[in-house]
Amino acid sequence: MIRLAVVSGKGGTGKTMVAAALADISGVPQVLVDCDVDAANLELLFAPRRLTTEEFRGLMAARIDPERCRDCGICVDHCRFGAIVRNDDTWTVDVLHCEGCGVCTYVCPMGAVRMEPRVCGEIYTSVTDRGNLAHARLFPGSGNSGLLVTEVKKRAMSLADGADLLLADGPPGIGCPLIATVSGMDAVLIVTEPGVSALHDLERLVTVCRRFGVRIFVAINRFDLAEDICARIEDYCEREGIVVAGKIPFDPAVLDAVRSGRPVTRSESAATDALRALRNSLFAELGLK
Amino acid sequence: MKITIASGKGGTGKSTVAANLACTLSRSREVALVDCDVEEPNLHLFFPGSTVDVPVTTPVPEIDLARCTFCGECGNFCRFGALSVLKDRILVFPELCHSCGGCVLVCPQKAVREVPRTVGRVACSCPIPRLTLISGVLNEGEVQAPAVIRAAKLLAEGHPLALYDASPGIACPVIETLEGSDACVLVTESTPFGLHDLRLAAEVVERVGISAGVVINRSDGQDEETLEFCRERGLPILMTIPFSREIAAVQNRGGLICRDLPGWEERFAGLFDAIVKIAGVNP
Repeated sequence: MIRLAVVSGKGGTGKTMVAAALADISGVPQVLVDCDVDAANLELLFAPRRLTTEEFRGLMAARIDPERCRDCGICVDHCRFGAIVRNDDTWTVDVLHCEGCGVCTYVCPMGAVRMEPRVCGEIYTSVTDRGNLAHARLFPGSGNSGLLVTEVKKRAMSLADGADLLLADGPPGIGCPLIATVSGMDAVLIVTEPGVSALHDLERLVTVCRRFGVRIFVAINRFDLAEDICARIEDYCEREGIVVAGKIPFDPAVLDAVRSGRPVTRSESAATDALRALRNSLFAELGLK
Repeated sequence: MKITIASGKGGTGKSTVAANLACTLSRSREVALVDCDVEEPNLHLFFPGSTVDVPVTTPVPEIDLARCTFCGECGNFCRFGALSVLKDRILVFPELCHSCGGCVLVCPQKAVREVPRTVGRVACSCPIPRLTLISGVLNEGEVQAPAVIRAAKLLAEGHPLALYDASPGIACPVIETLEGSDACVLVTESTPFGLHDLRLAAEVVERVGISAGVVINRSDGQDEETLEFCRERGLPILMTIPFSREIAAVQNRGGLICRDLPGWEERFAGLFDAIVKIAGVNP
């Protein structure tokens, strides 16, 4: 099975649109996984029917028992995250800031601080008409997004029986959720666009991906909006030995498709033609039929 | 006064709103623009100039092997898997360390001390009069984005007016950026993705307890659902930027519409007035 993640560095370049199109026209047995747990959008295009829902528990959080607390403030002095705050004349833990390290539990002379599990999100498995989907929802403001990505990938693997392709829609950025996404993949497709910000972000993302030894491909979305910067992206890819697997034109059909909640490749358009060509050249490189 | 510019979805135009707002304000007052999207900082592309760089370090454990008895206390305590104690050696994984200091506290031999480890840098510049640009840059392969964000914000302390450009998403980097802000501008686009992610971002801002308003970017006039959501949630619309190839072209090459297209400086000045109103503080 080939494991492919669609990523972008910069947000909003069309990652999910491309991932959904590839899923739609892949023509191979596959399992889908939405690794953008902060803002999971793949499900908006595939109307999944949910099979399972489970709680996602991240690292524990501290809780102070007000009955035992003697107000000494030792925990406050030792917390490096500013997570212990004064509230109505007692010390309480602000879970938004608690990293779950357990230092407060250790230093409290009264044994008044306990670590408790906290639910940071939900993990789902679903069926779509293009294969099984593992996805998740991080509760707003929760940490542990990298951990949640790792968990949702595990669910995808458990659904992958008989699949030739695991296709992941990745998060933006280059931090922990991205690293958790790329780790263990065979290849990444970086969706970029012709803008100075996107090019800058592409270069940083390539540096990170190189550390994981994955094969790197690039797709340039809305390439015709600034042909000069598009040429700079292609020059960069050539210098770095990265295959530009496809170029997708700016096409109002893309927005229409997103608005009606379906992959753009469900109808004919210039973008659909370009996405088919992208699929063919990418799958040929990856040895997929 | 501190203003965060955020969005759930990436690529909605957060940085371009922040850059245009900062550029407009710098015509008449001192402003600090802080790039808190440390995974992919882009503001320096709008404001090129020479920078002074300050490294960002986080404390990580170093083991004094002369004292260590390999008792395993530190490894048992660490919840992040950054220390692994074997029979005759200790493996330290500094990139997993959250710098809580617990290993130093629990070591009965006082064999653990903390040493700084560089995870990124803050680049400071004064690219145009009255504008200080402070960019947090996370090193490639590192995960401690909040530490770099904290350092960048710290360098902006004391500025009477600071704009924080947040990263996309709804997780810890966004919380770190919002901390201490007087108001938050949520930049969205009126697509189902944009609205879905705006809902999440609005929840985060509400949880942190900061007043917020919305900027609709790349509007093609079909904003009804977004407007409806904002009405329900009591989020004022601070500004609407239409979709146009002319605007996209200016932004793609790293230009600023407040400088390059007529009428936009006035509109960004109006955006600031609207933000001041929701913040309810004296700028």
